[in-house]
Amino acid sequence: MSAEEHWLKGHGPWQRDVEHRLVGGVASGIAARTSVDVQYVRLAFIIAALLGGFGVAAYVVAWLLVPATDEPTTIGSRALNDKQGVALAAGLGALLVAVLVVVSFAGAGWIGSLAWPLVISVAGIVVLIRNASPAEQATLRSLVEPLLGFTGDTTRGMTVMRVSIALVLLAGGLALLLVGHAQAALLLPLAGVTLVVAAVLVVLGPWWLGITRDLVTERQARARAEERADMAARVHDSVLQTLALIQRHADDPQQVIQLARAQERELRSWLFDGRPPGSLGDESTTLAAGIRLIQSEVEAQHHVSVETVIVGDCALDNGLIALLGAAREATVNAAKWSGAAAVSVFCEVEPAGVTLFVRDRGRGFDPATVPADRKGLAESIRGRVTRHGGTAAIRSVPGEGTEIGLTMPRSTTAVEQAAR
Amino acid sequence: MIDSARPRVVIVDDHAVFRSGVRSELGPAVQIVGEADDVAPAITLIAETEPDVVLIDVHLPGGGGSAVVTAVKATHPDIRFLALSASDAPEDVIAIIRAGARGYVTKTISGADLVDAVIHVADGEAVFSPRLAGFVLDAFAALGPVDEKPAFDAELDQLTAREREVLRLIARGFTYKEIARELFISAKTVESHVSSVLRKLQMSSRHQLTRWAADRHLS
Repeated sequence: MSAEEHWLKGHGPWQRDVEHRLVGGVASGIAARTSVDVQYVRLAFIIAALLGGFGVAAYVVAWLLVPATDEPTTIGSRALNDKQGVALAAGLGALLVAVLVVVSFAGAGWIGSLAWPLVISVAGIVVLIRNASPAEQATLRSLVEPLLGFTGDTTRGMTVMRVSIALVLLAGGLALLLVGHAQAALLLPLAGVTLVVAAVLVVLGPWWLGITRDLVTERQARARAEERADMAARVHDSVLQTLALIQRHADDPQQVIQLARAQERELRSWLFDGRPPGSLGDESTTLAAGIRLIQSEVEAQHHVSVETVIVGDCALDNGLIALLGAAREATVNAAKWSGAAAVSVFCEVEPAGVTLFVRDRGRGFDPATVPADRKGLAESIRGRVTRHGGTAAIRSVPGEGTEIGLTMPRSTTAVEQAAR
Repeated sequence: MIDSARPRVVIVDDHAVFRSGVRSELGPAVQIVGEADDVAPAITLIAETEPDVVLIDVHLPGGGGSAVVTAVKATHPDIRFLALSASDAPEDVIAIIRAGARGYVTKTISGADLVDAVIHVADGEAVFSPRLAGFVLDAFAALGPVDEKPAFDAELDQLTAREREVLRLIARGFTYKEIARELFISAKTVESHVSSVLRKLQMSSRHQLTRWAADRHLS
């Protein structure tokens, strides 16, 4: 990079240069701002890091407070919203202070000079890991994990908790010993044990991390497989069935268009609104659209043709949604049980109310000797509409077919409720 | 009447596959005297053969089925038309009925029902499919209530309660015979109600029905 470029870049606010970064882009940002070669800046940071660790702390703080070139806000300002992360950082920092106090009491006074940079760095890195952009998080993890073993896993709540608990226990135990035994001499071997444990953690940390990561990967893979199976089932139920229907109706462009439209609507509402295929829209749909939805679904699922005749149309309210639910139940019943190849649905919207008839010319049944299960279904149809002030009438003659007649008054209050 | 027992039929549809399908479905019950695939050849063919019934597609490339109906009705008012379509567009269906077709059935109709419909039209009756009944109810509902003051053609602009009842039953999928049983009237009375509806549809204020069709088209 030429000096001139540095000079040009020197105008404007100090930003972390994400493009030329090694770690967080702090050094390259300073280089770009001051026209000093980036290698000298990095060397300065490394020397400062070796002299008491201040370089690391300064770097971490700069990383937090200086915005990246591709981001409008600093990580620090974003971290303010991450209460958990701040609490975690503060907790870890406090623990670290406690441990350092104990250790320096235990005789390793030299460690005191490292204390503040270390506390700031650890707390800062925790906040960074939780709030940096994904690319930076990846860099951080690859840098931190081999160094500290467990710290790199702080993004995983359970692990963090376990490590925190371990540290609390450790600190608590040490504090108790300190209070209980005035002789500092006793603490020396304890400090040794602590260091050994810490060493074991550092050594075994990456291995343990690897295991947990494998578990995570495996769990994710299983979740993906389940999602795939779910998706396949839904695509089969809706898209593939519709495609089969379209092939059967290839000579009837109107039908094909209708099927394709219905499928498109369903697919869109599933993909973008998260509404499962087959659910009736409870808003932004009209009565006629709802009936056509029932038509296309029952045709797709039960391989009967559903002939609809709709006179007039209106917006759905709660009563009409119930009416549609009952109409769907009746249509599905006719498709499943009547044995007829076609089901007719007639719906008429009048100012006072809506009437809807579902009729088949199938085997029919004697309403006096209804099998228990069919009676239940009839009740669910009737119950649905009567709860909203509607009526349901069932007419069936063995050998001639069945007709379910439904009515639903149009109430202004219901319309208002639906609009709310 | 020998002719109505085995009516002479012309099929007008621009899809050759569909024409042959209809021909095989109608079978020996009717006598197919010709086929045409567009407006101009259809008019010539119908004038030459003078069939009892013309099965006509609502959508034809050279101007639509109603153009054929209008042209033929001018010279041969006795030739009857049965519209046959897969179209959902109510304005097209209403247009061909208003041009003079005596019925409308959808292409999904079964072979036996189609034969039935052709024979009924040959006998001068009106054939309303459930869908047409729905369109007609819709059209007359959209016309709104007629003024209190009896205008000259007020009677033509609205359906009687009985006619609406019959149309609703047709829309629900009832046959004429079933409607007769339902309403405790004779099948002949049902037919006269349907014919009356057809007449009103054809004679009623063109302006309002056209506007209805235009409204439907916009929405």
